[in-house]
Amino acid sequence: MTGLSNKSKKFWIARDYEKCSGCRRCEIACSLYHENRIWPEASRIRVFMLVPGAEFPHFCVQCQDYPCVNACPENALSVSQIGAVIIDKDKCIGCGQCIDACPGKIPHLHPIKKYALICNLCNGDPQCVKVCREGGWNTLKKVNRKENMNYRKYAKTPEDLARELAFIFYGEKAEEIIPC
Amino acid sequence: MLGYAGRILEVNLSTERVQIRSFNEEILREFIGGRGLATKILWDRLGEKWETVNPIGEENLLLFLAGPLTGFFPGGRICISGKSPQSNGVIGSTVAGEFPIELRCAGYDGIIVSGKAEKPVYLFIVDSETRILDAHHVWGKDGKQTVRILTREGRRLLKQTFPWRGEPKEPAMLYIGPAGENLVRTAAVMGKWTHAAGYGGYGAVMGAKNLKAILVKGSNPLPEVYDMEKVNRLIEAVCKKCYEATDFRRWGTSSAGYNVGAKRSAEPVKNWQEEWHDEKSFKVEEFERRLWIKKAWGDFGCPTTCLKVAMVKTGRFKWALGDNPDYELQAYVGTNLGVFTPEGNVYLASLVDDLGLCGIQTGNVLGFAGELYQRGILTSEDLEGLELEWGNIEAFAELAKKIAYRQGIGDILAEGTFRAAEKIAGLKGKNVLRCAVHVKAVAIGAHGIRSGKDYPMEMSYACSVQAGDHTSVAYLPLTHSASELTVAFHDSAVYCWFNMFGQPPDLKWEFYKAVTGVELAPKEWYDVKALRIIHLQRAMLLLGGPDFRWNPHVHDENPPRFYEPLPSGPYAGKAVDKKRFEELRRRYYEAVGWDENGIPKSEVLRKLGLKDVDAALEKLRRDV
Repeated sequence: MTGLSNKSKKFWIARDYEKCSGCRRCEIACSLYHENRIWPEASRIRVFMLVPGAEFPHFCVQCQDYPCVNACPENALSVSQIGAVIIDKDKCIGCGQCIDACPGKIPHLHPIKKYALICNLCNGDPQCVKVCREGGWNTLKKVNRKENMNYRKYAKTPEDLARELAFIFYGEKAEEIIPC
Repeated sequence: MLGYAGRILEVNLSTERVQIRSFNEEILREFIGGRGLATKILWDRLGEKWETVNPIGEENLLLFLAGPLTGFFPGGRICISGKSPQSNGVIGSTVAGEFPIELRCAGYDGIIVSGKAEKPVYLFIVDSETRILDAHHVWGKDGKQTVRILTREGRRLLKQTFPWRGEPKEPAMLYIGPAGENLVRTAAVMGKWTHAAGYGGYGAVMGAKNLKAILVKGSNPLPEVYDMEKVNRLIEAVCKKCYEATDFRRWGTSSAGYNVGAKRSAEPVKNWQEEWHDEKSFKVEEFERRLWIKKAWGDFGCPTTCLKVAMVKTGRFKWALGDNPDYELQAYVGTNLGVFTPEGNVYLASLVDDLGLCGIQTGNVLGFAGELYQRGILTSEDLEGLELEWGNIEAFAELAKKIAYRQGIGDILAEGTFRAAEKIAGLKGKNVLRCAVHVKAVAIGAHGIRSGKDYPMEMSYACSVQAGDHTSVAYLPLTHSASELTVAFHDSAVYCWFNMFGQPPDLKWEFYKAVTGVELAPKEWYDVKALRIIHLQRAMLLLGGPDFRWNPHVHDENPPRFYEPLPSGPYAGKAVDKKRFEELRRRYYEAVGWDENGIPKSEVLRKLGLKDVDAALEKLRRDV
């Protein structure tokens, strides 16, 4: 793919949840990269399993209007050259307003350090995409970011995503088994 | 010690007391974790009164133990143990999932559950806080409903605990179904609808403690390791090799449902009356085409993701939902019951999962009942109207329910094949034990030994300290990858050893060193540490009780069926050669350090530092 090697180029991580195996290798790669530990709760990408078999990764979609950035009362959030949300850990007070502003309730707070965790696209080399493609699951894919796309529509709550996926997989049976 | 959270949580359900236990470095070096540490804990705490401990009584301990490699070695598992309601010994029964990861991130390497709750409860563990919560609303619920209700409840409780954190991921969960609640000896400890720690019957131990489920969430990272960079490199190396296992990744063990039957002729058919079939309808491609709705499903860190989600989409079993039966369940709730349709097989597998029954143990006892019906020993009247013909899926399903709820004949069959056979023999005055395919009350895994084309040897089950457990077989040489001395390492460091397939055998020691910083020479493992674990398991197995005690002369033996010639297939006429079996058994005793009566030798026990075990076995030596 031409252009993607350019580190300043904006890109996006396309996601095909139906292919997610629930292996959580993305959580491992993410937390190793950002925390140098295997630390699922501190991973910027989190795999939810509200319904077994219907696992999915939940992580920032970089809405074109960045409601989280706008909602931060401390100006701790900004948008990087590649389109990622960047958190200034020193400024973040862990108030959670970015979570409330996110249409998908995607940000979460670091379990110990209590600042907001939002995917920063690993400064251009997303580790989750790497492991997901290495293993051939291909749930995640790096694509060019388009200026006129509505990315915000991909920001969904874990409940909504679990529901959607459960119905795709299990049809009307889903009604009996979804916890939300 | 590096690689460990360093704490074990003990919950006494009688007193509701919660304590933290820890083990010093010497013990951890010797017993590692999981299965190894379980033998140490069980011997130290129950050894003196082992013969009188009722496995499904208040005095038993139920252990959930991870190991130092859990979460690091790709493919996380946890080892469940205690005194087994099947063998009366100790079985290390492992199950995959995120439970041990959350547990270690909460700061524990394991949980010891003692005592018995007055009323049904579940445990909710979040970091250093453990709550014992009322479970009456989920008592009686099947697997899927239990998962549904407790996932919702668990997330609500997490939101209350950490209101500032944002949307909580679900806590990890292990639970029992109705079978465990009703103290069925073939009940499993379950996870994620379809995952089961089946061997051992620990679902009944959990039920006997009135413990419906354990939920856990950990906020911290996995424990600190000796060399994180090296661990990373090893994770990558393991994954790379696993990615090359194309067939296994695509089909898991489920391609064996046809292949082991047709080619190796080692698959139970109609309660092991045959071990061969050539039913093309049972080829994995048929399952894939008709039933799969997800072709790669896996657990924490797994590069293989050998599971598949399957659902019946048409016909009378429509909406039956679970994983694609693995080889064992294709055999045990498939061919062993004369069931050769993928839809019927998925239905029965999902049913036993929902009921919280071990598919292997239950499929074995269902097959046993099927054969007694075929021989006219059990009648439709005995079975409350069921016509238990081979392949009658609905009848076998009804019987599985009767077992889970201990209704009618189900109450007898709920005791597992061996104990049920003893009872039925008494009731009917017929020698039905010759139809019971088990070793020491543990139904044999779906890998026969008559054709000689599968992996177990003639003495593999007879001499195993986990009896019929096909994942832990006696093997010569002792250092072979299939030997239970090798498996004891996988089950003590606790990881999925399917991901060790095709890896250099030394990789596991390297991994252990990178995580703990401790050098473990293979010789030290096989000559001392593994041997100690095996001897402890053997000692507790032979002490047994309270209802049965095994005599090696009688019970280190194959089921009678394995001496009957195979009636069909490419190896028709073959049976286990009794002389060869006896010779292999003798050689195995000698190699592992047991005397000619199968009892661990004094000098070996003393060399392993097990003087008290030696003293306890003295009475067995006298009796023999």
